[in-house]
Amino acid sequence: MGKYIIQRLLQSIVVLFGLSLFIFFIARVMPGDPARVALGSLATKEQVEKLTKEMHLDKPFPVQYYFWLKSILRGDLGKSWYTRRPVTTDLKAYIPATLELILFAFLISLVIGQVMGVLAGYFRNSWFDGLSRLISYIGVAAPPFVVAIFFLLTFTYILNLTPAVGRLSLGATPPPQLTSFIILDSLLAGRFDITLQALKHIVLPAASLALANIAQEGRITRTSISENLQKDYVMAHIVYGIPTKSTIFKYLLRPSLIPTVSVMGLAFAYQLTNAFLVEVVFMWPGFSRYAVTVMLNKDLNAIVAVVLVIGIAFSVVNIIVDIVVSFLDPRVRLQK
Amino acid sequence: MSRKELLVAVLSRKRASFSKGWYKYSRNPLSVLGFIILCLIILAAVFAPYITPYPEHAGAYTNFRESSQSPSPTYFFGTDTVGRDVFTRVVFGYRFSLVLAVVVLSLSIPPGVIMGLVAGYFQGSRIEIAIMRITDIFLAVPPLVLALAITVMLSPNLFNQMMAISLMWWPWYSRLVYSITTSLRHEYFVREAELTGASKLHILLREILPNCLAPILTKMSLDAGFVITVGASLSFLGLGVQPPKPGLGTMVADGAKRLPAEWWMAVFPALAIVMVILAFNLVGDGLRDMFAVEEV
Repeated sequence: MGKYIIQRLLQSIVVLFGLSLFIFFIARVMPGDPARVALGSLATKEQVEKLTKEMHLDKPFPVQYYFWLKSILRGDLGKSWYTRRPVTTDLKAYIPATLELILFAFLISLVIGQVMGVLAGYFRNSWFDGLSRLISYIGVAAPPFVVAIFFLLTFTYILNLTPAVGRLSLGATPPPQLTSFIILDSLLAGRFDITLQALKHIVLPAASLALANIAQEGRITRTSISENLQKDYVMAHIVYGIPTKSTIFKYLLRPSLIPTVSVMGLAFAYQLTNAFLVEVVFMWPGFSRYAVTVMLNKDLNAIVAVVLVIGIAFSVVNIIVDIVVSFLDPRVRLQK
Repeated sequence: MSRKELLVAVLSRKRASFSKGWYKYSRNPLSVLGFIILCLIILAAVFAPYITPYPEHAGAYTNFRESSQSPSPTYFFGTDTVGRDVFTRVVFGYRFSLVLAVVVLSLSIPPGVIMGLVAGYFQGSRIEIAIMRITDIFLAVPPLVLALAITVMLSPNLFNQMMAISLMWWPWYSRLVYSITTSLRHEYFVREAELTGASKLHILLREILPNCLAPILTKMSLDAGFVITVGASLSFLGLGVQPPKPGLGTMVADGAKRLPAEWWMAVFPALAIVMVILAFNLVGDGLRDMFAVEEV
């Protein structure tokens, strides 16, 4: 198992290296002088020349890439031309908000998706199965930003239940930063009013992100539950008179979870990009909105960093999924 | 058997397999519904100038006296801030979405399929390693991220958006075809072709490729929906169809600013996006049942 994980890690490093080469290439072939863009139109010719030298822009492409890779490996992602701050500072400031959002969305989709899938699978062809099928079709077909707009319209503007934008209301004092997750921080500080407010702010963006996952997870869990229900070992449990509850939760759920887990991992990583548009709609001050902003402003250093962060997130999630699947399925574990 | 009789026999077999396929497809009423919706959308988009009430509203047209009208018999979906009919613009917007899907899929599937065939057939060779590593790199991040980055760097418009999404899309096909090819690689019919001295080209294109067509077709239908989603997402950020042309994503973005009072400007284009993606998904599900494709 350890050997397998190391092998997977090495593979991911190769992929990330290739990804960095690709995105660096794209960033350099684009028209326009990066040094001029970085300094703005008011800079003198000397300043531009100086920066060109500093950024090694006067050297051939492989040399540029070498210097760039060297600084990246030291943890220096360069300076964002748009925010005028080091990219690492920006990332540290924005990632927690997005992480809080996608973890919350993931929790929602996990609970609702599983419950929906298990019930729909167990009560096949009932009205509930039909309802869950309908939800799944909508969830798969509606892009997250469309869902976000419908939620905003319904729950904020028509029903007046939730606030429209941001993580907290204007004027609210955020709790002292310990984890950078406002919900956790406010709980730790004992400020339950802030917790409630943060929950109200997070629920719509999280639900918009979660709907697609609920749809997918629900469908997959339903299929594997209803397939496993027809297997002999489940029939044997029923015939022996083992209580239905323990048949479902102890013997049916575990093997049925395997396909769900593999999909869920990927779904979690996909939330990072689905959040791109959801964060724009809800003005959520997170990584994804930062990503969109720097991309629209052609902020090269930040774009490269954003793509790499997403690449790293995907690799890590994929490795975790493999480990969890091998934990759930002894066949996979023993094979490797 | 004469030539004519042979032809009749072949044709009737074709027709029999077609009606059998349609029987399997139509077992699920939702797939049929999806097919009907899709046909209607395509017809509406193709004949947009003839069926829409105000074709001139699809471009730079202003009529401030009629601006921000709520839905009515005159304007089914209401009008936008400069007085253009939202219904007309939605139908014309479908044109761009469908063209995007067709262009992206026809640009990305052939190279993807060829790469997958070659990598799968020459398993263990350097070509396989090279192709599959490159595929892995492209699959390392979701298509939206790189398509976004590339569109921005090339300057945002519909053409660059198509190019960027196509560049991101082929690896999905190369991986699909690769996995089928590796599983067929050692089947007897491939072995036999090799032994009788068939050329590599013949084996790849005539022996293996036909076995990949059903999964490719199914994936195509599902992917058309995804491509439209990515395109609409890029347009939503202002990176697709440029105004005054009507892009569905652009219309949703503009309309979102007018929520909640003038809800129709965002809601109808948004519903139109959901409708076309839903139709493609339903058709894809139907094809999956019809071909009995396991995984796509």
